[in-house]
Amino acid sequence: MRSNQETSGASSRGDVHEGVPRAAAEQRRENAVELREAEVRFGSRVLWSGVDLNLRAGSFAAVLGPNGVGKSTLLKVILGLQPLSSGRVAVLGAAAGRARGRIGYVPQRKSFDRSLRIRGLDVVRLGLEGSRWGIPVPGARGRRVKNAVAEAVSVVGAAGYAARPVGQLSGGEQQRLVVAQALVREPELLLLDEPLDNLDLANQGAIAALVQRICRERGVTVIMVAHDVNPILPYLDEVVYLAGHAAVAGTPRDVITTETLSMLYGAPVEVLRASDGRLVVVGAPEPPAVHSDRHVP
Amino acid sequence: MWSSLRDLFSYPFMVNAFRAGTIVAIVSAAMGWFMVLRRQSFAGHTLSLVGFPGAAGAILLGLSSTLGYFAFCVGAAVIIGTAPRAATRASYRDESAVIGSVQAMALAMGFLFVSLYHGNLNGLTSLLFGSFLGITSGQVVALLVIAAGALIALGLIARPVLFASVDPEIAAAAGVPVRVLGIGFIVLLGVAVAETSQITGSLLVFALLVLPPATAHVITGRPLLGIAISVVIALVVTWVSLVIAYYTPYPTGAFITTLSFCTYVAARAARWASDRSRSRGAAVAPEVAS
Repeated sequence: MRSNQETSGASSRGDVHEGVPRAAAEQRRENAVELREAEVRFGSRVLWSGVDLNLRAGSFAAVLGPNGVGKSTLLKVILGLQPLSSGRVAVLGAAAGRARGRIGYVPQRKSFDRSLRIRGLDVVRLGLEGSRWGIPVPGARGRRVKNAVAEAVSVVGAAGYAARPVGQLSGGEQQRLVVAQALVREPELLLLDEPLDNLDLANQGAIAALVQRICRERGVTVIMVAHDVNPILPYLDEVVYLAGHAAVAGTPRDVITTETLSMLYGAPVEVLRASDGRLVVVGAPEPPAVHSDRHVP
Repeated sequence: MWSSLRDLFSYPFMVNAFRAGTIVAIVSAAMGWFMVLRRQSFAGHTLSLVGFPGAAGAILLGLSSTLGYFAFCVGAAVIIGTAPRAATRASYRDESAVIGSVQAMALAMGFLFVSLYHGNLNGLTSLLFGSFLGITSGQVVALLVIAAGALIALGLIARPVLFASVDPEIAAAAGVPVRVLGIGFIVLLGVAVAETSQITGSLLVFALLVLPPATAHVITGRPLLGIAISVVIALVVTWVSLVIAYYTPYPTGAFITTLSFCTYVAARAARWASDRSRSRGAAVAPEVAS
């Protein structure tokens, strides 16, 4: 019943937009992702609710927050793999799920099986060819695919090892190839789920810089789920901070503050800035791990 | 030498054995390449064994053994394919338990059917180890039709299956129907196994299904090249084995398995040697640089 009201409310708002079609269209184009009063619940348990989000096209945003707060779920909502229990979501001006072909997605990963002998190049190629039926026919299309794969591989700086079996590459090398696989589809929106996990500090910085370059040079909107904001802080335009079943979005300077986070957590939290510019959040209550994507055995 | 080969092909039963062997080798080598990639060798092995009670049961009921092979292999494939399975490792464990249960039950049923039949032991041997040398032209045509169908179906789903095997999560996000494809592939594998078992028997089908593809995976990670190598190995092994079996009193299946196994061991040894020399080269390189 409640969700019915929400839906009708949303559609009437849509009608208002149609009254000024040009402005509405531009508004939609400007925002790569829009969430209105979004709520996700599993049974009776609310993961988060009342989430409003406007993410400008072409920006680099991070999704932050403690474990189990629903960061990965937010990406799945944007992909249309997880339905909202109420509210609405628009992705690249369409309903979530309709835009999937224009989204590049890099899920949270452990790593490729060491014995997997498929080459990095073939993994990247799957981004373009993997959802096509039938046998590849040699010809103009084949050459285009080959060029696109080579270009994506060189953008991420993986040309030196892309021809080696992917299972034998290091975590950072595999991560670059998976980003290349997402890029080869020429997405308008890139969703990265903890891409810096399991990487050493040098590689974390390098991947973060690479993602920012892709965002700036190709105009790709990037949403990156991150465990630690510090390696990516210099590159970010916006952050979405999830905590206490709610979210705050804005520039890092506005969001990662003692006042905002204390309000979000509903408990006194302190944000400290170390002398090297690193941010440390102190006193954040870790919620009991009732639900966590990260720790499925 | 040449005249003795001509001699060999003057017998229709040898010609049919070569035709059937060729068809069976191509289908199992291509299917097997995906099976090994997907780490479904255990499922493939079970599908192979399931043909035995199928055929034995069909003979017991007075039906054609072909019907038994297909009914049991495809039935088992549906059970294994719809068994709980997702991207996580936990459900792989579930899958192997389901497969193991199916396999145990199948073997018990096969044993029971054979005892109930009181039939001759010869029949049992050919169910388990095949009968390359008693194939009719009609059987060859039937093999060809089913093989062509299975290969066309595999070709249609090849790239999405490759995607779903390498990275199920990304494939699902890109709109590939991972679960449906998984079921489709294993049913196709069941069809290929049922077909091949009629010639190779239930125990030896697995040799052609796993050894040439596993060898190809050791040699190269390139999908198309790997499938081609797998098919070539299977063809050469089958042809050579048929010739050897013609001149010796021993069964074809034994030679097929032995030759495939030797190829596999040789490929592993070569891979080990080349990896070792490469890593030694890498260790030496800095010294050279300094």
